[in-house]
Amino acid sequence: MSKTLKAKAGLWGGYLAVLLLLPQCFDSLLAISILNQMTIAIIFALSYNMLLGQGGMLSFGHAVYFGLGGFLAVHALLLMERGSASFPIVFIPLLGGLTGLLAGVFVGSFSTRKAGTTFAMISLGIGELVAASSLILARFFGGEAGISGDRTFGPPLFGIEFLRDVEIYYLGAGWTFLATLCMYLFTRTPAGRMANAVRDNPERAEFIGYSARWVRFISFCAAGAFAGIAGGLFALNYEFLTDENLNLATSGRVLLMAYIGGLGFFIGPIIGAVLLTLMNFLLSNYTELWLLYLGIVFVLTVLFLPRGCAGFVMMHESAWRRGTLHLLALPYLLTGLPALLFVLAAVCLAELSHATGPTLHYLGLSLARDSALAWAGPALLAAVGWILTARSLPRLREAWERANAAEPERRT
Amino acid sequence: MVLVAVVVANGGGLLVKFSSRSLVRLVSALLVLLAASVAVRAQGQAQGQVGAEGQAQNQVEAQAQAQAQAQVEAQAQGQAEAQQGEPVRIGFIDPLSGPFASIGTSALLLLEFSADYLFNSRGGILGGRAIEIVPFDNQQSPTETQLQFRRAVNEGLHFIFQGNSSAVANALGAAVTRHNRRNPGEEVVHLNYAAVDPALTEENCSFWHFRFDAHAVMKLEVLTDFIASSESVKSVYIIGQDYSFGHVVAQTSERLLGEKRPDIAIVGNELHPIGQVKDFTPYVTKIVASGADAIITGNFGADMVALARSVIDAGLDIPIYTFYAAYDGITATLGADGKDRIYLVHSDSGNPFSTEERRQFHLAFKAAHPDRDVTQPRLMNALSMLVKAMEESGGTDPYEVALALEDMRFSTLRGEQIWMRGSDHQLMQALHILVMTDENIEFDADNSGFGLYAEHVVPAAQTVLETGCEMKRPRR
Amino acid sequence: MPEILVFATLNGLVTGLLLFMLASGLTVIFSMMGVLNFAHASFYMLGAYFAYSISLWFGYWTGLIVAPLLVGALGALVERYGLRRVHQQGHVAELVFTFGLAFLIEEAVQFFWGPETRNYQAPELLDFPLFTLFGQEFSAYRGFMLAISMSIFLGLYHTLTRSRVGLVIQAAITHPQMTAQLGHNVPLIFTMVFGVGTALAGLAGVIAGPVLTTFPGMALGLGSIVFVIVVIGGLGSLQGALLASLLIGLLQSYAIAADVGVPDLLAMLGVEFPGDHPLDDLWTLHLAQVAPVLPFLLLVLVLVFRPKGLLGKRE
Repeated sequence: MSKTLKAKAGLWGGYLAVLLLLPQCFDSLLAISILNQMTIAIIFALSYNMLLGQGGMLSFGHAVYFGLGGFLAVHALLLMERGSASFPIVFIPLLGGLTGLLAGVFVGSFSTRKAGTTFAMISLGIGELVAASSLILARFFGGEAGISGDRTFGPPLFGIEFLRDVEIYYLGAGWTFLATLCMYLFTRTPAGRMANAVRDNPERAEFIGYSARWVRFISFCAAGAFAGIAGGLFALNYEFLTDENLNLATSGRVLLMAYIGGLGFFIGPIIGAVLLTLMNFLLSNYTELWLLYLGIVFVLTVLFLPRGCAGFVMMHESAWRRGTLHLLALPYLLTGLPALLFVLAAVCLAELSHATGPTLHYLGLSLARDSALAWAGPALLAAVGWILTARSLPRLREAWERANAAEPERRT
Repeated sequence: MVLVAVVVANGGGLLVKFSSRSLVRLVSALLVLLAASVAVRAQGQAQGQVGAEGQAQNQVEAQAQAQAQAQVEAQAQGQAEAQQGEPVRIGFIDPLSGPFASIGTSALLLLEFSADYLFNSRGGILGGRAIEIVPFDNQQSPTETQLQFRRAVNEGLHFIFQGNSSAVANALGAAVTRHNRRNPGEEVVHLNYAAVDPALTEENCSFWHFRFDAHAVMKLEVLTDFIASSESVKSVYIIGQDYSFGHVVAQTSERLLGEKRPDIAIVGNELHPIGQVKDFTPYVTKIVASGADAIITGNFGADMVALARSVIDAGLDIPIYTFYAAYDGITATLGADGKDRIYLVHSDSGNPFSTEERRQFHLAFKAAHPDRDVTQPRLMNALSMLVKAMEESGGTDPYEVALALEDMRFSTLRGEQIWMRGSDHQLMQALHILVMTDENIEFDADNSGFGLYAEHVVPAAQTVLETGCEMKRPRR
Repeated sequence: MPEILVFATLNGLVTGLLLFMLASGLTVIFSMMGVLNFAHASFYMLGAYFAYSISLWFGYWTGLIVAPLLVGALGALVERYGLRRVHQQGHVAELVFTFGLAFLIEEAVQFFWGPETRNYQAPELLDFPLFTLFGQEFSAYRGFMLAISMSIFLGLYHTLTRSRVGLVIQAAITHPQMTAQLGHNVPLIFTMVFGVGTALAGLAGVIAGPVLTTFPGMALGLGSIVFVIVVIGGLGSLQGALLASLLIGLLQSYAIAADVGVPDLLAMLGVEFPGDHPLDDLWTLHLAQVAPVLPFLLLVLVLVFRPKGLLGKRE
C-alpha cells in the first residue's frame, strides 16, 4: 500500500516538476504563450471530464461557466485599475471559480434532475441563452468587442508585477497543479465514487440510498467551479474576454479535447488539451484546411477509438502484463508506415486542390498545380498506401489476438 | 506531425478492435470525396472563366496577359536586384480560414501582389531589400488574434496589417498598446486598413495605431449628404446588426439626417441579432408597412445578402444604402436584381479608373488572380505610405517609422493627395458613393458582369471631422 | 397594422413549415432510435449545395429531385457505417458522433464549395409575384415552398398512419424486438428511416437555398432550433412537431413584427429607471432583439416543467 502511495507521490512530483521546468526548456515568447494556453486548457478539459467522463452528463454549454468566471475576473481587474479594490491577482482565478460555482449551483438546481439527452438539451439551451444575452447585455459583457483589463494594477506579489507572460505561466502552473490535484482527490471522495455509480446505473445507486440527482448536482457544481478557475486564468493571461469565450464553439472545443484525449481516464483530458492546443498552433498557420482535418480526426476517434488516446494506450495494458507487447511492434510498423504514406498523400491532394499560388510547397517538395504529375503522383501514392494498409490489417489482427491470448505468466 | 500521429493512432486502434472492412470503406469514401472535390473545383474555375469571357473584351485579356508577361520579367529582374539585403518582414493578421476566410484571403493576395508589383519588382526598398509579407490566420476571433500577435512578436515583426472586424481591431489595438508599454524598444505598429469603429481613433486612440480607411461616422457624413441631396427621398428605414458598428450606424444616421434634412422621416430604426436571422422577410414586411423610400444598413456578409434578397423578393423597389454590399459572392448573388439600387460608400473610386497606372495595376492583378477581385485598394496606399515612412526615417525602427507616418502627405496611384492626420492617425482621403450596375463597368466583381460605378465623389478635404483623441505619446 | 399581421402570419407559416420538414424526419428518427441527430441541419445544407451544383448543369428541377435522393443516400450510409457502430456505446456517444459530423460537414462544404455565398437562384418559372397585398409582393416561389411542405406533411402523415410500411415503422418504434421476431429486418428499417429523414432535410435545403441564401453558415444554429421543435413537440409525435414548428415560426415572426419592448412595458407601469446604469441594456430591450433566442428559452422551460413535450406520450 505504501509502495503505491510512494509511486503516486512520485507521479505527482513529476507532474509538478514538468510544469515548472517546461518554461526553462521552451523560453521563447511564443512557447510561453502556448504553455499558458495549455495550462488553461488542461483545467478546463479536466473539469469537463468531471461532467462527462465521471458523471455521464453530456454538456453542450460548459463554456458558460468558463466564460462567466473569466468575465468576473476581468471586471475585478477593472475595479483594481480604477482603484476601488486591491488584492494580489494570484487570487483572481479563485474569484472565477466562485463565479463558476454560483452559476453551477443555479443551473444545476434544475438541470441535473435527469442525465442523458434531457441534460444535454438543457445545457444546450442554457448555453445558447447565455451566449445570446452576452451580446445583448453590452454593458457587462462588452458586446462583440468584449471587455479588456490590465493585470498589472494589482499589488505586486514578492516584487513580481506580472508584466511578463512567463510570470503568469508560473501562476497558472501553480493553479493547474492545485486544480488537478483537487480534481483527482475529488474522484477519490465518496461523492466522486458515487458519480461513477450514478453514471453507470442510476437506479441501483438510488436503491442503496443515494439520490442520483444530488450526486449529479455535486459533480456539476464542482465542474462549474473548476471551469471558472480556468476562465479566471484565461482572463489573467489574455487580459480580455469576448462573447466567443462562452458560446457553443468553445463548449464544442472542450468536448473535442476531452473526447480525443480519452474520457473516463483521469489523464485523458490532459493529453487531449495538450494535443489540441499544439495542433491548433502548429497546423493553423500552415494550412487553412486544419479544421477539416480536425473534424476528420474527431469523427474517426468517436468511431474507432471511443476511449480516446488514453484508451488506446491502455488497450495494451494486458499485453504489457503478459510480456507479449513485442509481438505487436512489427505488425504495427507494417500497418503504420503505409497508413502514414496514405495520410500524407491524401493531405497533399487536399492541399493541392486548395493552394492559393501556382505552386504548393509540401514536405520539401514544390508541386505545380497545373502539372498532371503533381496530381497523379500523390494519388498513386495514396492508392498504394491504402492497399498496403488494407493488406496488412489481417496480420495485425492476428498478432493482436496472439499477444492477448497468450497464457499470462503467473507470478506470485 | 501531431495530426498524423493521431490519425495513425486512430488507424491502429481500429485495426485491433474492429473489422478491417469498415476502415477500407471509410477511406475509399474519403478518396471519392477528394476526387469529387477536384471535379467541383475544376468546374467552378470553368464557370468563372465562362462568366469572364461573357463580359470582358478580348482586348482587355490580351492586354492583361501582355502586362502579366512584362510583370513576370520585371519581377525576375527586380527580385535579383532586391536580393541584396535581409527582407523587410511585415505581418498580416486576418481570417484565412473559417467563415470569413474569403475576405482575409483576398486582402492577403492584394497585399502580397502590391508588395511585388510596386516594390520588389522595382528593386526593393531601403536600398535593395525585398518586402516579405508574413501571414497569420486569426479566424476573425479576438482570442486567436492575441495568440497570433504573440507569434508575430516572437518572429520579430514590428509592423502588422490587420483590418477585418472592429472587435478584432480593438483587441489587437489593446494588445499592441500593452505590449509596447511593457517592452520598450520592441514596439509594434498596428496598420489598420479596414476596421471602421470610430473609437479606434477617438477614445481608444493610440500612437501605435494608424487607420487607412475612413471611419464609420466619416462615411456616414458622406452617405447622408448624398441621401439628403436626393429630393425624392422622404422617409428612411435604418436596419442593422445588433453590435457596436450597427449601433454607430443607427445612431449617427438618425442624428445626421435630422440635421441635414429634418423633413426626412426616420420611419424605422431596427437592430437584429448578428448572424442569427435566417429569413429577413418579417423585417421587410415592417419596412414595406412603414412606407420607406430608402434603406440604410451597415450589414455585412450573409446578413447583407439575406437582407437584400428579402427586399428584392418582396418586390420592394427602393434604394439600399450600404457599406459592404459587394464582392466575395455578394455581387454575383444579387446579380441583375440589385442593379441601380445598391449603393455603397467606399474609399475606392470603383469604375472608371482615373489614371492609367491604376488601371494597369488592376489588369496585372486580374491576370495573376483571375477569380479574385481588388476588394480593398487602400491596402496599396497603406503599404506605399509605410514604405515611404521607412525610406524617410532611413530604417525599420517602429518609433521612427510611426513618427514619419504622422502627418504624411502621399500621392496615390489614382493621382489623389491623401493625408495621415497626426492628431489621431486617421487617413483623410476622398470618399465615393458607388452604385452596383453593369453599365460602363470595365472591372466587374465576382466575374459576374456587375460592378461598382462611382456616382458621387467627395474630396478628402470635405471628409475631415474633428477628433476627440487625446493621444498618449511615448517618449524616447 | 393589419398588413403587418397578415404578412407576419404568412412569413411565420413559411418558416414554420420549412422547420417542420426538418423536424419531421428528426422526430421519427429520434423516437425510433433515440438519436438526436446534431447533423440533421447539416444535411439540410448539403441539400442546398448539391442542388446548386446540379442546377448549374441540369437546371433547378433536376436538382429538386436528385439532390434530396443524394442526401438521403448519404444519410443512409452515415447510419449504416457510422451510427450503428457507435450505437453500442450508448446515446451519449451517438450525440457526440453527430456533433462531430455536423462540424465535419460544415468544414467539408467549405472545402468543396468555398466560404463564399453561392449564387443559387430560384427557377425563372416561379419568378413572379403570386399576389400583391398592401403593396408587398408574395413571391410565387414562397407559395411553392408552402405547397411542397404542406404536401410533405400530408404524405408523411398518411404513410405513417395508413400504409403498411407506416405500421411496421410504428411497430419498430415501440416494440423493436417483437417486430424483428415477426421477420422484419429492423436494422434495415432504421437505415431506411434515417435515409428518408435526411432526404427530407435535404429537400428543405433545396427549396430554402435560393430564398435564405446558400452559404456555409446556413446550418449554424438551425440544428439546435430543430432540436427545440422535436423536444417541445413531444417524442415521436408528428402532429406535435408540426404544432411546435408553426409555434416557433409564428413566434419569431410576430416577435419581430411587434414593435414593443421593455421601455413600453415600463411606460405602461409608470416606472422610470435612471439612464446610466450597468443593466441599462435590459431596460431598453426590444422584443425583436430577443426573437432568435426565444426558442431556447422555451426549450429550457419545457424540459424543466414538462419533459414529455406538448403532445408527447413519454419522456
